[in-house]
Amino acid sequence: MKEDYIYAVARVRARELGLLSRQDVDQLMACKTYEECLRTLSDKGWGAGEASSAEAVLAAEEEKTWAFIHELTDDMAPFKVLLLPTDYNNMKAAIKAVVTGVEPHQVFLPGGEIDPELMLRCVREGDFSPLPEDMAQAADEAYHALLQKEDGQMCDVILDRACLMGVVRCGKESGVPILADYAEMLCATSNVKVAVRACKTGKSRAFLDMALAPCATLDAGSLAAAACKSLDDLFGYLAATPYSEAAGKMKESYSAFEKWCDDKVMDLVKGQKMNPFTVGPLFAFVIARRNEISTVRIILSGKLNELDDGMIRERLRDMYV
Amino acid sequence: MFDWTTMGIVFALLGAVLAALMGGIGSAIGVGMTGQAAAGVVTEDPSQFGKVLILQLLPGTQGIYGLLIGFVTLTQIGVLGGSSDISLAKGLLYLAACLPMAIVGMVSAKWQAKAAVSSISLVAKRPDQFGKSMIFPAMVETYAVLALLISILAITSIGSIQV
Repeated sequence: MKEDYIYAVARVRARELGLLSRQDVDQLMACKTYEECLRTLSDKGWGAGEASSAEAVLAAEEEKTWAFIHELTDDMAPFKVLLLPTDYNNMKAAIKAVVTGVEPHQVFLPGGEIDPELMLRCVREGDFSPLPEDMAQAADEAYHALLQKEDGQMCDVILDRACLMGVVRCGKESGVPILADYAEMLCATSNVKVAVRACKTGKSRAFLDMALAPCATLDAGSLAAAACKSLDDLFGYLAATPYSEAAGKMKESYSAFEKWCDDKVMDLVKGQKMNPFTVGPLFAFVIARRNEISTVRIILSGKLNELDDGMIRERLRDMYV
Repeated sequence: MFDWTTMGIVFALLGAVLAALMGGIGSAIGVGMTGQAAAGVVTEDPSQFGKVLILQLLPGTQGIYGLLIGFVTLTQIGVLGGSSDISLAKGLLYLAACLPMAIVGMVSAKWQAKAAVSSISLVAKRPDQFGKSMIFPAMVETYAVLALLISILAITSIGSIQV
């Protein structure tokens, strides 16, 4: 493992003091209204400094995180596992915008590695060669699926699978265990989500074979076979895998499963608190920031919709600090 | 015909040079590593400068010990004055006496640096734990001090040995 992140990790350690703790989350939960929550966040330095909407505050925080990472390192290769989903999401938006003839407006997510304008140009010209090879191949296939078969779901499935395979490959190629483990977990839990949805909607085996990405801890073939039979068979198969808890959470509710996935990722990155040398703590910091942004989003939307505190609390994620 | 018996001073000097060289290399690497970590913490929180500076300097002692061993050896073998007529056996003894400081100095400086970098992270997160954070890298110092002791005892005793 490379040890050229000593300076960066030391800065991350100092920054971690500013991450939201469980007490901070409790303080937000104690706020009576949505506006009070926003004021509390503003007091903690969240947002761009002016009064703005929740989405603007959260977007500003995501932007601050990446600005900090760019300040620490020029090599964004280890963060590809986090950036690829944004790029593939933008590719979906670009293909759909071009095929439907709609002018893209606020459909692209910020923070990806590839300029959405380049994606749009590639789709319009039907030439995907300027894009990375894997993405170009998947984009070409997805574009023709939407254009010729008018199958939006097929378009999404092709790009999602390519994205997951790209994430797993980047994780393995990084040589950093935390990245490989994260990529594997993301791929496996995404496969579980796809399998459950496909099972509930009665999708065919051919669809599942096309949608599930190969990964090391879940056998895509067995998962697809179980999903084609019934939910009980699917949960039975999961019980024999490292994701046995996932079945219980899925039975409980989809949001319980989502929380379980996020908490598992948090458990994974918490190990980086003891690592002072490699890129792992930087990666863990980004995950921790994303986790707190997602937690704050849950609280804010709960407060905005005047949900019961109990309902909000059962969705809150574990915090990094 | 090459006369090996004249090589005593060469081996003795080699020992002195190795002690200073390897200790110095280890310390330079170590202080460089801890310096990066210290700079990272000070970038975010300049008030921690005093604490992280002490931790940064901990792996620097091996270079000083190496210098000390080198200096004592040079004095003993007459390079800094006096007679430098040393037998081959004595020259080799001086070389052997310098090796603990040379090898342990370099290795311990690198490992102490890793402990100090970790302690700097600890101070960054918990500035109130500075005292405890000092202890972890200081433990590594024990072995550099032991090597220094054995090298000094050996170097100062070789003069009285008749070989």
